[in-house]
Amino acid sequence: MNWLLVVAGAMVGAPLRYLTDRAVRSRCESVFPWGTFAVNITGCLVLGLLTGAASPDVRLLLGTGLCGALTTYSTFSYETLRLAGTGAGLTAFGNVVGSVAAGLGAAFAGVWLAGALWG
Amino acid sequence: MSASDTEPRAARNPRPPVLRGQAPVVAAVALGGALGATGRYALSLAWPLQPGGFPWATFWTNVLGCAVIGAFMVIITEAWAAPRLLRPFFATGVLGGFTTFSTYAVDIQQLVDSGHPGTGLVYLAATLLTALTAVWLAAATTRRVLQRKDHGGGTEGERS
Repeated sequence: MNWLLVVAGAMVGAPLRYLTDRAVRSRCESVFPWGTFAVNITGCLVLGLLTGAASPDVRLLLGTGLCGALTTYSTFSYETLRLAGTGAGLTAFGNVVGSVAAGLGAAFAGVWLAGALWG
Repeated sequence: MSASDTEPRAARNPRPPVLRGQAPVVAAVALGGALGATGRYALSLAWPLQPGGFPWATFWTNVLGCAVIGAFMVIITEAWAAPRLLRPFFATGVLGGFTTFSTYAVDIQQLVDSGHPGTGLVYLAATLLTALTAVWLAAATTRRVLQRKDHGGGTEGERS
């Protein structure tokens, strides 16, 4: 049952990441990977909310499954290296600092918000 | 042929181009994502997180996923004309579903919250440095191996 929850969440989370990235790319020309940035920060906020207040089943479905598959470290790292490799070193640095700072901010905000709402 | 091709034009929803023709790719990403997430979940069960401890399972999950994407992207962009759905299935799906940014961030939050900010900071920096190094090292090594093969194998003209 636990495995099914994780699989179900991931089967929504991963395509959501792909489609978000496509939507962002079709609207913005920037070399900055805004699509990956957006899904990663959103996933951090939602997982923070769940960690603060959710049953184990909901955490497996929406946390381990959905948020885990929605967010990505491999694409984040690959895009960072590609930026650095094409001479956009400052953008690569901005992606690392921005993603980590915003991701942590979102995670803290999520946990705090969960406490404020349901604590 | 998709279902919408058989409908009268007026009955169709005006779909944004972001979604048009994406059904096979979305299915490949979903399938890959399920496999990747299952692998991540298995690792987290095999290597449970101790309260206040270093999140080793997530650390190695992310580092391994980064190493594999570094090698994979070099292979499919520089050496091999891969089938159309392989990249969405494997890179976007499996590796994207396997690695996670949200658990990384929330684990740091939990470490700070439980009075272990030092471990949190070490985990933050160690994951970043090791993951980025893994992508770079795997890509560089793969490129070198492919070049050596090219020179030694004498299979000129095969690369597209």
